Amino acid sequence: MKIVVCTSHVPDSATKVNIGGDGKTIDKAGVNFIISPYDEFAIEESLRFKEKNGGEVVAVSLGGDPHKETLRKTLAMGADKAVLLKDESSQDSFSVARAIADYVKEVSPDIVFFGKQSIDTDNAAVGSMVAEMLGIPSVSVVVKLEMQSGKVIAEREIEGGHEKVEARLPCVITAQKGLNEPRYPSLKGIMGAKNKPIEERAPAARSPKVQLLGMRKPLPKNPGKIVGTDVSAVPQLVKLLHEEAKVI
Amino acid sequence: MKILVFAEQRDHKLKKTAYEVVQAARTVADQLKGEVVALVIGDAVQSFAGELGAFGAKRVLTVEDPRLLQYSTTAYAKIVADIALKENASAVFLSATAMGKDCAPRIAVRLDAGLASDCTSLKVEGEEIIATRPVYAGKALTDVKVVSSVKVFSLRPNVFTAGTGNDSAASVEEANVQLSEEDFGCRVVEVAQSKGRLDVAEADIIVTGGRGLKAPENFNIIEELAGVLGGAVGASRAVVDAGWRPHDEQVGQTGKTVSPSLYIAIAVSGAIQHLAGMSSSKYIVAINKDKDAPIFQVADYGIVGDAFEIVPALTSEVKKLLGK
Repeated sequence: MKIVVCTSHVPDSATKVNIGGDGKTIDKAGVNFIISPYDEFAIEESLRFKEKNGGEVVAVSLGGDPHKETLRKTLAMGADKAVLLKDESSQDSFSVARAIADYVKEVSPDIVFFGKQSIDTDNAAVGSMVAEMLGIPSVSVVVKLEMQSGKVIAEREIEGGHEKVEARLPCVITAQKGLNEPRYPSLKGIMGAKNKPIEERAPAARSPKVQLLGMRKPLPKNPGKIVGTDVSAVPQLVKLLHEEAKVI
Repeated sequence: MKILVFAEQRDHKLKKTAYEVVQAARTVADQLKGEVVALVIGDAVQSFAGELGAFGAKRVLTVEDPRLLQYSTTAYAKIVADIALKENASAVFLSATAMGKDCAPRIAVRLDAGLASDCTSLKVEGEEIIATRPVYAGKALTDVKVVSSVKVFSLRPNVFTAGTGNDSAASVEEANVQLSEEDFGCRVVEVAQSKGRLDVAEADIIVTGGRGLKAPENFNIIEELAGVLGGAVGASRAVVDAGWRPHDEQVGQTGKTVSPSLYIAIAVSGAIQHLAGMSSSKYIVAINKDKDAPIFQVADYGIVGDAFEIVPALTSEVKKLLGK
């Protein structure tokens, strides 16, 4: 089995966001970067697929040199090979997907894993776009996955429930929390990853289809009122919700 | 200019978000002197598709096929894109629900179009649609412009208001899209819906519990309050990671981003990743023992005190008010 897993390198979810000098991106000073949390479920699932079915796992990330850190961690968890699609320009989902699809086409994998979304831009689009570009099925927001002769049965989260989806292989899966428990890299894995090469590729030029005009912070909320400090405040709270906020 | 709205239905009922998106498209189209055409897909949708007329669709197209009873990413994406081309639509609007988020990227690729996803506001400047979309789970907002000739916008549920509609009628027309077995590369074979349980992504009222509740069984006070209010139960990351509550209830940067009318945070301290996911709620109530908890910074109303005393009292007070 040929398995590809795509990861993204993003600010930690504890990051306090400040807008950078360009007015379009965040100020990266002092920001800790991590593998996008949903990608960890994708990596874990790709490794389990390999352990069950044999084959190799190729890790792919698009971005600048700092993304190598993420790729290195993916190798340490157990991926066989890593490829950095080197592109430091700020890109929309479509052009990110195009570069990934061009590379993945070459690998011709049986299955491709993504996290359900990258927790920076929150588009939740690249995985499904890559699938459409490759002309293969996709299942997004997957919490359970099984393979049966030539197809997968995937459970995806929907509003108030789950959908069971049958998809032909090859296909794209985007992982949701709950799919598995990502492993920690072993010491041996970490040492081994240091010596594995990270291949660099230069994607073809693409022009974005969505233009970013600016980034700003949401207006701060005015501090509200403390209605009280014990149970006697409850009637007053209900009155405010009913008469002032009119929400109950 | 023409906007095609993919209006979602499940179980032969239009979703509330379908009305929201048609209404939002109408508002944009009015400023651009354009028209709104809605599209409803399923096995049998003729009988209710016309309801979208009241929210601003002059024409409603239907695509019916027994194989479309359940959702199929590949087939639905093909249908929406084919109709958009046939209709010469310059924009496709849909809602950023589980279904919309799943097929919008594929529709965009088929139309060689840029996608502005999960938009929370749209405005028209000159001839352009400028979309606002949150990033970093709402810690920042971006303004974007789609520059391809066809443009796709998915709109966050619960943010655009549909209103109650008017008495305008729509003409309902059957549209034809040729579908082969090849188009069903993936399809839903079973849906497991928890009956009577509201999802945080769709609820107008959310009652969220945090680690301060000390044990999973103590969530009964959260469930009772949510039940009386007709709302959904939410959970902080800490309690989901501890295995007390299922992940689909998690609110925050690695859970769901929500914007209900009323969000009640109980024994939730308000970690930055949690605040990101719920700060855009219209009204926020915080109940917490710690007066310095960050949740009070975003709350409209707060009570500093013990959840185990306050929440049951709140439940019975709400019951009294609602006559339950």
